[in-house]
Amino acid sequence: MLEGRMSDTAAGLGIWALPLALIGGALRVSGPYLFVSLGECLTEKSGRINLGQEGTLILGAMTAYGVSYLSGSPWLGVLAAGCAGLVLGALHAWLCSLPRVNDVAVGIALMLFGVGIAFFLGKPLIQPPAPRLSPIELGAWSSIAPVRAALEIHGLLLLGVVAAFVMRFVFRRTRWGLVLRVAGEDADAARALGYDVDRVRLVATAIGGFFAGVGGSFLSLVYPGSWSEGLSSGQGLMAVALVIFARWDPVKCLWTSLLFGGAGALGPALQSIGILGGYNLYATAPYVLTFVIMIATSSARRTFADQPAELTVAR
Amino acid sequence: MSAVPSPVAPPRRGSPPLLEADRLSKRFGNFLALDDVSLRVEPGRVHALLGENGAGKSTLVKCIMGYLTPDAGRIRLGDREVLPKSPRHAQSLGIGMVYQHFTLVPNMTVRENLVLSRPRLPFVVDWATERAALASFLARMPFQVDLEAPVRSLSAGEKQKIEILKQLYLESRVVILDEPTSVLTPAEADHVLSMLHQMARAGEISVVLITHKFREVTQFADEVTVLRRGRKVGHGGVGDLTPSAMADMMMGGASKSSSLPPSARSSEHEAPADERDRGTDEGAIGHARVLIDDLHAEDDLGVPALRGVTLEVRSGEIVGVAAIAGNGQEELVEVLAGQRMKTAGTVTVSGAEYEPKRAIMRALNVRCLPEEPLRNACVPTMSVADNMALRVFDEPRYTAMGWLLSRKKIAQTATTLVGEYGIRAPSIHTPIGRLSGGNVQRAVLARELEGKVDVLIAANPCMGLDFAAVAEIHARIRAARDRGAAVLLVSADLDEILALATRILVMSEGRIVYEAPLEGAEPAVIGKYMAGHGAHVAPDERHASS
Repeated sequence: MLEGRMSDTAAGLGIWALPLALIGGALRVSGPYLFVSLGECLTEKSGRINLGQEGTLILGAMTAYGVSYLSGSPWLGVLAAGCAGLVLGALHAWLCSLPRVNDVAVGIALMLFGVGIAFFLGKPLIQPPAPRLSPIELGAWSSIAPVRAALEIHGLLLLGVVAAFVMRFVFRRTRWGLVLRVAGEDADAARALGYDVDRVRLVATAIGGFFAGVGGSFLSLVYPGSWSEGLSSGQGLMAVALVIFARWDPVKCLWTSLLFGGAGALGPALQSIGILGGYNLYATAPYVLTFVIMIATSSARRTFADQPAELTVAR
Repeated sequence: MSAVPSPVAPPRRGSPPLLEADRLSKRFGNFLALDDVSLRVEPGRVHALLGENGAGKSTLVKCIMGYLTPDAGRIRLGDREVLPKSPRHAQSLGIGMVYQHFTLVPNMTVRENLVLSRPRLPFVVDWATERAALASFLARMPFQVDLEAPVRSLSAGEKQKIEILKQLYLESRVVILDEPTSVLTPAEADHVLSMLHQMARAGEISVVLITHKFREVTQFADEVTVLRRGRKVGHGGVGDLTPSAMADMMMGGASKSSSLPPSARSSEHEAPADERDRGTDEGAIGHARVLIDDLHAEDDLGVPALRGVTLEVRSGEIVGVAAIAGNGQEELVEVLAGQRMKTAGTVTVSGAEYEPKRAIMRALNVRCLPEEPLRNACVPTMSVADNMALRVFDEPRYTAMGWLLSRKKIAQTATTLVGEYGIRAPSIHTPIGRLSGGNVQRAVLARELEGKVDVLIAANPCMGLDFAAVAEIHARIRAARDRGAAVLLVSADLDEILALATRILVMSEGRIVYEAPLEGAEPAVIGKYMAGHGAHVAPDERHASS
């Protein structure tokens, strides 16, 4: 619908139509990537990988939509989504703290659990419309509709941007961040310093889950802005690749999310300027990007210097 | 209570407290690891703790550091009785430990590592203040370090110095060091130990030095306590005890000095003739068996680790490669063993191009004894017999119809080898991971030395083994050499290389930088080259020439 409106005036903008549509699309599509990757970055910094983020994302989307529908307040929905993620994250951390439990296996189990429970509880929510988050119209000065559409920024996305910088500050400048990194780099060293590694990871994974849950609310309350079972297209899993590409740096997660968002917006953007053929092909852009990044950044011979050394995949 | 280190540490006052461990005992199941052991560390003294592996040294200090709770006995610090509940607690009491393995976080800078170790870190770390405080702290220290360097880029010696700095930064008054010089060159070791000695003299700290090197005891310690099989078997002032008396205590009086491994000898030059047997008979050394030409490889982070290694090993000689950990020797062994890909260069064995593939290694009789054999050369959960068959199980003599394994023949060979090499295992069907380090090493050596051996590549073959095992494994390696094998011995223990090698090469920063003369190899000169101070070439010039 939004894209349809844009295509009316797209012809008048000439060559600028595509980048404008891409920027606008990137700002909307990148939201879930940003939140999930921040959450995953936090989790992985503590030395655990949580592959259950996809399940957390979908459960968050459903929770946000449901709470927004029932309470009438979309922001309450966002908070509820975060809390649902917090619970799943804490569950992941608790399971992983048991002896001989593998975090990758737990993550996959929790992904399926999260998706399943969201579909089960979300059945009645497919039809009714819930109040959505309203955007901040940064393009109100312009009379050109595509410019206005491209500059519709959501407060939630801005919160994510702020969170990225805050997270980097926390990693570098606070006691909490240093302890988190020690737990992720060298559990023995952390224990020798007197820190409870499992507890550090519990907190990190739970807060990481909170972020992923909020990412889900972005899906159901911002863009596309409804609840259905086909809502997520694997953003929760792609966030894992994204964190690797961002080299475990929250601010780089922000830029990378925008890149992935842009790739995800490629299909709709081309459609908006009238290129309708191959829509499904362009829709694969984020996945192709994931492949390209994984191949380009991986090597059989070396490991990443920035990679938290305690990650199961690094050992 | 404890003194909380403030960012700007005030100068220490008074002498360090007396540390006394009174009749400590610790039992693990049926095993009495520590039996009624007392230790008295006088203020401002360097107290050496001597003993073989498994003698109870670690258990004793772990009780003092709060890792373990002793079953019986008391610990006193100054005039108070204390019971450290955790290393953190011990630290807050002023007892700090420098471990054999590093406790620094590799992916963090020196500055972050030091600040991190402080108790009661503020929530937001003000790096400007911390930097200034660290700079003024370092100004009072006998050696300097680069605070902004990531720890992973540092050499083992530098890491060890930072571990010690960390204890001083935390204002530990009693510093326990667990074999601190095992990763250092002789010169670095002397430097670090004499610094600690001076600080103790100045009444700033007391030192407990765990070691098995008599030279360090006689040169740097004031008092010594000897442990053996969990019991205290000797104690005295260093001046009152000769190295051979200490060796007798450690070995239970059953030792002759000639059976001591090189690391336990008080001086290289007093070594008996049979220990200095380097196989330099002109007739014994044959033609060049292994030729390594301009070999390059990268480490796990993609940084060049081998930068053009060229060397040759002739049959019937042991070529010792001396290097400090992290100078490419691990990568050299991994490339030869097939655990790492080379990026350039050639390896020729017996005139044929060598690649570390099963068929080629078998055809050219190349055998490998990598370091940490349990990790690098064994499947810990598989049985002793299966592990001993790993190299040969698919040869016709162990198979029927070309594919069916004969368990009987595998078991026969294993039984023979277990007997021949004196491997102590409950049964050949026991998982090899349950054997002690020495027995795993013997089992792998038995496997690798079976049949005709043209080339033997051995890396730190005696790391973590006790005297008897060391002597035996050295004898096996010499025997292989006498049978005509070309042996490439890579070791972090210079004493081991001096004892075994026919020729000594020194490796530094991925290159062979020095070949010691056949006779009269000077440990001090070798150590200088190991430390990278031998060649007077600036680092960037070396880059340009590579």
